Amino acid sequence: MLRFTKDHEWVRLEGTEVTVGITDYAQSQLGDVVYVELPEIGRAVTAGGEAAVVESVKAASEVYAPVAGEVTAVNDALAENPGTVNEDAEGTGWFVKIKVADVAEVEKLMDEAAYKAFVEAEG
Amino acid sequence: MSGPDQDQSKTASLLRTALHAVHVAAGARMVPFAGYDMPVQYADGIIAEHTWTRTNAGLFDVSHMGQARLVGPDHASVAAAIEALVPAEITGLAPGRQRYSQLTNDDGGIIDDLMIARPADPAHDGQLLLVVNAARKEVDFAHIAERLPGGIELVREDERALIALQGPRTEAILSAHVPGIADMSFMQSVEAPFGGIACRLSRSGYTGEYGFEISVEEGHAEQVWAGLSGDQWVRPVGLGARDTLRLEASLCLYGSDIDETTSPVEAGLEWSIGKRRREEGGFPGAGRIQRELAVRPSRRRVGIRPQGKAPARAGTVIADMQGNEIGVVTSGGFGPTVGAPIAMGYVMREHALPGTRIALLVRGRELAAEVVDLPFVRPRFHRAN
Repeated sequence: MLRFTKDHEWVRLEGTEVTVGITDYAQSQLGDVVYVELPEIGRAVTAGGEAAVVESVKAASEVYAPVAGEVTAVNDALAENPGTVNEDAEGTGWFVKIKVADVAEVEKLMDEAAYKAFVEAEG
Repeated sequence: MSGPDQDQSKTASLLRTALHAVHVAAGARMVPFAGYDMPVQYADGIIAEHTWTRTNAGLFDVSHMGQARLVGPDHASVAAAIEALVPAEITGLAPGRQRYSQLTNDDGGIIDDLMIARPADPAHDGQLLLVVNAARKEVDFAHIAERLPGGIELVREDERALIALQGPRTEAILSAHVPGIADMSFMQSVEAPFGGIACRLSRSGYTGEYGFEISVEEGHAEQVWAGLSGDQWVRPVGLGARDTLRLEASLCLYGSDIDETTSPVEAGLEWSIGKRRREEGGFPGAGRIQRELAVRPSRRRVGIRPQGKAPARAGTVIADMQGNEIGVVTSGGFGPTVGAPIAMGYVMREHALPGTRIALLVRGRELAAEVVDLPFVRPRFHRAN
């Protein structure tokens, strides 16, 4: 099950590792993604701290780590095909995997219904 | 993810062009720009709109730009009045010709850049048609009005819309509505009816493509827009692609690439300064501009190609290979036709030669880059003079 942040990242928890990306709503707001900058594997990230950078034609945006932990993998395919973020934001367009420090933190994030309501209220 | 600042409280007070409802109905994403609620992109997105314009024909609403007429007793008088404010040769401008210039300040900086056209119709001689940037029109029109001699009047034309049709197919498309425009040369300006609607057309644009700009009274703007967008090769294009198109064509964006501190010579716009004007001066800031023409300015606007895929945005510091700061990026992003990041910026003269290796400081890292010739994409219009 996906969980969501107010900064429009999604996470999918498997064991003690989360896969992180930006939501389909976020990619639609960004427009054409032309560059993604990913962190080094092994880097420690804090909840709400910068984990990656996504650049659309118009501007650069920071992608925040939804939970604290350590980066275990990055989606290298985005270097060649950053447009994957537009095509499949919540699937093959993932950014990083993080070994989470405290799995309970993931449960505190919004579920899909709550995120949908949040986006409607914001838009 | 960090998002763009969206101040919803300001949306209510934004101005709307005569085509606002058309954009909303077409599914455009509207954003605040220069006090107007403008389409940044339509459903296709910026890269598709950019490519469509380079391949077919893009339709742009640029009605937010400032239009005005200078009205005087004869051409010599109005030309002399505007020549006191800009470095372009206007006295010798032939009927039906348009010229690009800059309003300069006393320090030789640029208050705004603008288009100046002399009407083709002898009945309208003694007038000049001005088009200035949206964000600068209040400043510009006040500046001009304060400095006009007696007998010359600035008449704002806020009730006129401006529509641009740009791309390789524009001539064939527009000819169906306005016969005879195929004979127009670059920077020619005519008055002609579009399906019975009185319009001013000029062969010009801000994309580096063949194109036309059409000035029409607001009440008829929707008719002209609908007449053009009915063609299968025409798609609406927002401000997002307008920016990538003009950057590839290395056209300056006021407020980014040129401002009150940059001179026309530093900006590489000396081609727009008339020969007689270079010698005689007689425009604000002539001292600095003539000196820079003679001994070259200390900094120049240059093209920049980052070596990787990371774009360098406006404000990025430029360093030499020893790490010394030598300049700053003023426009930068991704060039859809180039297929890579591109940028423009100012560097110290000794680093301005194409081929010079430089470093761009992006998010605390040095990106390797090179100074390159401008433009990034060769404009497809031809210069008539």
